[in-house]
Amino acid sequence: MGIVRTEKLTYEYIRRDEEGNVEGITTAVDQVDLDVEPGEFIAILGHNGSGKSTLAKHINAILYPTEGTVWVDGMDTGDESKVWNIRQTAGMVFQNPDNQIIGQVVEEDVGFGPENMGVPTREIWERVEESLKAVGMYEYRKHSPNKLSGGQKQRVSIAGVLAMHPKCIVLDEPTAMLDPRGRKEVIRAVRGLNQVEGITLILITHYMEEIVHADRVFVMDSGKIAMEGTPREIFSQVEKLKSLRLDVPQVTLLAYELQQRGIALPDGILTTEELADALCGLAGGKGRIS
Amino acid sequence: MSIILDHISYVYGGDTPLEVRALDDICLQIPDGQFVGIIGHTGSGKSTLVQHMNGLLRATSGHIYFNGEDIYDKDFSMKKLRSKVGLVFQYPEYQLFEIDVLSDVCFGPKNLGFDRKEAELKAFEALRRVGLPMELYYQSPFELSGGQKRRVAIAGVLAMEPEVLILDEPTAGLDPKGRDEILHQIKQLQTETGMTILLVSHSMEDVAEYVDRIVVMNRGRILYDDVPKKVFSHYKELEAIGLAAPQVTYIMHELKNRGFDVDTSATTIEEAAESVKKCLQITAASS
Amino acid sequence: MLRDITIGQYYQTESLIHKMDPRVKLGGTLLYIISLFFFRNFWGYVAAAFFLGLVIRLSHVPFRFMVKGMKSILFLLLITVVFNLFLIPGTELVSFWKLTITVEGVRTAVTMAIRLTLLIIGSSVMTLTTTPNNLTDGMEKMMKPLKVFHVPVHEVAMIMSIALRFIPILMEETDKIMKAQIARGADFESGSLVKRARALVPLLVPLFISAFRRANDLAVAMEARCYRGGDGRTKMKPLVYQRRDRVGYLCILIYLVVSITVGRL
Repeated sequence: MGIVRTEKLTYEYIRRDEEGNVEGITTAVDQVDLDVEPGEFIAILGHNGSGKSTLAKHINAILYPTEGTVWVDGMDTGDESKVWNIRQTAGMVFQNPDNQIIGQVVEEDVGFGPENMGVPTREIWERVEESLKAVGMYEYRKHSPNKLSGGQKQRVSIAGVLAMHPKCIVLDEPTAMLDPRGRKEVIRAVRGLNQVEGITLILITHYMEEIVHADRVFVMDSGKIAMEGTPREIFSQVEKLKSLRLDVPQVTLLAYELQQRGIALPDGILTTEELADALCGLAGGKGRIS
Repeated sequence: MSIILDHISYVYGGDTPLEVRALDDICLQIPDGQFVGIIGHTGSGKSTLVQHMNGLLRATSGHIYFNGEDIYDKDFSMKKLRSKVGLVFQYPEYQLFEIDVLSDVCFGPKNLGFDRKEAELKAFEALRRVGLPMELYYQSPFELSGGQKRRVAIAGVLAMEPEVLILDEPTAGLDPKGRDEILHQIKQLQTETGMTILLVSHSMEDVAEYVDRIVVMNRGRILYDDVPKKVFSHYKELEAIGLAAPQVTYIMHELKNRGFDVDTSATTIEEAAESVKKCLQITAASS
Repeated sequence: MLRDITIGQYYQTESLIHKMDPRVKLGGTLLYIISLFFFRNFWGYVAAAFFLGLVIRLSHVPFRFMVKGMKSILFLLLITVVFNLFLIPGTELVSFWKLTITVEGVRTAVTMAIRLTLLIIGSSVMTLTTTPNNLTDGMEKMMKPLKVFHVPVHEVAMIMSIALRFIPILMEETDKIMKAQIARGADFESGSLVKRARALVPLLVPLFISAFRRANDLAVAMEARCYRGGDGRTKMKPLVYQRRDRVGYLCILIYLVVSITVGRL
């Protein structure tokens, strides 16, 4: 069985007007089936309001399904006695870096999770050290989080989760509030965790360039999974992505535009090299033409 | 009629070891009706720069002239300047406070001394310009979606009918479609009204299509100030300071390196596609 | 403008005072403040100032940094001095219009000013050299006996440490919202008191909304990291007295004996 599995997961909430009368019911997540294998890097895409963050909060047992079931490492999130085990197994990083750092000093913040779990003091220090090193923030361990850049703060948050020794990390739009440099830092750090430590990653985002290296991509729209596949399979459907309010990397878009102009390029081109190679092939396999 | 910054420097935390030179000898001229992109990563001084233009920050040294008048003159009215140079902050939806959208947008014009009726007229016009659906005008601003809130906040500044509109990262945190919608709306506003617009951003790709001119900031200085095509030709230098030219620029350079005779100054997908197509046709014809 | 307030802020550097157990610093600060009210003559204050100067030297925090914190309470200090100067009856020194300054008044005003200054600087030495987390840890441990009376010691400590963490963030936010509203023509500085109070609405509403949103986010983030109150929690930096802490207590004791002896001669 997968590390994270959902079956017909549905989450509804009731909207009320100012007097508290029921106005209607919104289905934020609608019959979602998900099966994530250990060590996988999964990306969940979707525009704002597509239900992707609501889905993510179920994996950490912050929200409970209205219908259906979520299992994390075989534990049903509906089972109250397992809540703390689940939260430890599937750590979560949130969007706003300021609103999830509790400590006044970087190392104290990273130690917060292990402290809550009752880890012995000496082991906390070991975990804090290795976690900060894994995200490249060890030299900042004595700094105040307020003085760090957005990308650095998010890496501290990731270290804070890592120190709890999770099997899986769910990142809920960790880069939405960062500049391009910060975004790159964070993505590089989490990819490292996935490749080196083998931690399962579930990355929620709306930036296309962040999912290029994912093993599998799910695209959500109005609470349902609208697309599923490898990044290449997803990117080959330019029109569909546009209709789901999403971007396509410029290379893919250029290849698509060239296809539209009658140039026979393969679908789902992801990198500059691929495009150049394909065009070289078209120009008679010679490469250099001039 | 323009904004001129003459050797502006801004230093804070002065006479402590933590002294920061946020702006360092900036000279810049913004003529009327131009659409300017100000690009730099966090901490490059771009937000500090624009806060000088409506007098929210006062330069440590240097002069700023608005329509020929020195804004640091004793008898110059800062309040008037702020009504002429509208500044929309980053995440502007966090400044909304009124019970309904219309009242919130009226806040600016009312502060300028317009009566309720005039203020409402201006608010209606501003809300129309940002493309907010009419049925939302009397709703609480806190019940709107992120993109809608942002439009309301921009309308709040537009309603003051400024001559210059400065937007600090107007697309931060929006999804791609929301980002495109806002940028289109701003461009439309500029073509319709001829307003001067300064767009602060950290993304070259976002502004490349829209602006007439790009000012690149780094460590409190202006690194490049030119039309987008010229600025992007420095893509290697831009990368060195943590900014990237649009991906198109990289693609075109890569193709050029491989022997395709393409136009490396293409900044949009359209231009790039046309250029590549033309190049392939010539190759096909000659072989 | 708001960034100038240093009370409750931590100054990061390495020093003996920084390393000291927060309980020593807390207890020491408390005893130091109490001692200020025991002096009957000028020499006590000299001793107190000397001791404080020594501690500041050891703390490696620039003195300027502490004086900065004084700025924000200068007004309070001034009021205290003025009230004491004019309102204390006794032997007349100077008299003009309806005001009389007495010898006793001058004496009390000067004493109060010195006392307040030492008190404020003394407590900022503690906050500048102790991380708020450490400080609350110290308080938590010192107040642990109160748990018997069902006082939620851990919760109170946690609330305080979070409040301290968010003060700089909210101050920055206040600054930003203020600027944004000024850009929309708001005027926070002129007009009658009522008008000024009204002008705060566009500042306070967004600020409160933001604070609630942050509180909510933080609560979720804490639960996601398995926070469930003080039970079963271990400490990354448990408080164990070292040799330097015992020496610290000894120094405080010596200070107390010396200053009070000198101060009550």
